[in-house]
Amino acid sequence: MRFSTALSEEANQTAIAFRQRVAEADIPGVTDIVPSLTTVRVGFDPSKTTRADVTAALKQVIHMPVSIDASPRRRWHIPVAFGPRHAPQLYQAAELAGVSVETAVAEITARNLRVIALGFAPGQPYLGMLPPHWDIPRQSELTPHLPSGALVVAVRQLIIFAADAPTGWRHIGQTAFQVYRPQAPEPFAFEPGDEVRFAQVGDSELDVLSNRTDTNGGARCEVLG
Amino acid sequence: MPLVQVHSIGPGVTVQDLGRPGWAMQGLSTGGAVDRLALFEAAALLGTQPQASLEMMGFGGVFRTNADTRIALTGAQMQANIDGSAVSHNTSTIWRAGETLSISGAKAGVLGYLSFAGGVQTPATMGSQAVHLTAGIGAPIQAGDTIPIGDDPDLHSGATKLRSTDRTKGGTIRVMPGPQTTFFDPETRARFERTVFTRSPRGNRQGVRIDHETDGFTLRGALNLTSDLIVPGDIQMTGDGVPYVLLSECQTIGGYPRIGSVIPADLPVIAQSAPGATLRFRFVSVEEADKTAVSDDAMLTRLRQLCQPLVRDPHDIPDLLSYQLIGGVTAGDDP
Repeated sequence: MRFSTALSEEANQTAIAFRQRVAEADIPGVTDIVPSLTTVRVGFDPSKTTRADVTAALKQVIHMPVSIDASPRRRWHIPVAFGPRHAPQLYQAAELAGVSVETAVAEITARNLRVIALGFAPGQPYLGMLPPHWDIPRQSELTPHLPSGALVVAVRQLIIFAADAPTGWRHIGQTAFQVYRPQAPEPFAFEPGDEVRFAQVGDSELDVLSNRTDTNGGARCEVLG
Repeated sequence: MPLVQVHSIGPGVTVQDLGRPGWAMQGLSTGGAVDRLALFEAAALLGTQPQASLEMMGFGGVFRTNADTRIALTGAQMQANIDGSAVSHNTSTIWRAGETLSISGAKAGVLGYLSFAGGVQTPATMGSQAVHLTAGIGAPIQAGDTIPIGDDPDLHSGATKLRSTDRTKGGTIRVMPGPQTTFFDPETRARFERTVFTRSPRGNRQGVRIDHETDGFTLRGALNLTSDLIVPGDIQMTGDGVPYVLLSECQTIGGYPRIGSVIPADLPVIAQSAPGATLRFRFVSVEEADKTAVSDDAMLTRLRQLCQPLVRDPHDIPDLLSYQLIGGVTAGDDP
């Protein structure tokens, strides 16, 4: 099911809410329901149902006259350091967005961002959306390695990097947060639709958080009523 | 517990089962064996359910075990022997404690699978033993490792052989239209079906490149597409219009346009066609594609029916003259 060919906050909220509604509809033979930026994939077991039956059931769900409840269930508060040692491309990114470094940090920390989708690497969140002047392109050359927890920016979105990987997005901050811990009872921190609020900390404070094992980077998960 | 000692090992040998479905929303692909069919073939031969096995990328290793067990080599045809006597492909074989199993290069195909009747018994992560390299779950096997396996539940059942069609030589691959197929204009789609491709040597567990000599299969505005969900079998066109067929360890979201999706029944051909093999693609309707869908249970049942008791044909025995063919002749001085 595709709700738009272009990414918008509305299309993404519709997709995430649709996933929830399909899950609640409990359609026989449906095996997985996966939301993405603007689409939802519904998988089915052909030995238990048919494409026609699943399609008919999905049409019923989509025509159900309910208002979409796109309100988040959880809000993550995540410390991030923006000092020069942890944010080598912040100045460059702010310049492309046409704001000062101070304004850039204020804009990033002053709003609740949404987990638009998880992907590229396991558990890695695409967070959005920043104001329109943050519609800055990816850099043409790839940065070969970024540390786990790096905060990067492009096209009005932020990503907290899951691990060391090449990227064209600009490194503008650093968290001590692990989005994915395969051996943990709950391996993935985020679900699509979660909110994220960044809190600025100093470089030395982040170093302390990085060395602590009793907390995931000092992050706090607030369950919303 | 029975153990397999690894004396030497090729690069990229990993433990694989049918993967860990259900985490795509969190960005983790199912992973598991790239050629799933090979795990079902092994299960049919060994009278088990599909179990964790060793996936060998073109080259095996030298192994020794401390317990008798039946094994099966499926997928790519690898050169293999136990203490010098050849181990046949697609056949259940007894491997006794203390004997050395040597598996060298692939004669045909890309990915060989070594399965044990008791299965590989490494610990599960998130419900599966499959190593998922890009997700940092597990690692390739190293020389010196010891691999736990289960007891053979039925060591004395007769040897069986499975005759299966050769999937290592390319051929025509059926492609199902997907949500982005019509983003490509009809002429590009028709040219895609006319083109003769070859399987590139460039490939890994995430996907394989398909080479061709004509212009790329590009899409106007392709670089501005919103990223979308991707699955194994999808044929992505890179920025230059070069097709890649995605395999089990692909990412979950991708930005390149997809012209269609290889149907699951034909994906083992993509996985096993050797570099240089000729491939063509033919679109089938969604209805036709759905008719080819087979449940895992049905696939295993069908493969079990194709297994036959192993009766050795003299033509299959290369060193026939070294066998003592006349029974009952002795030197006469036996006790």
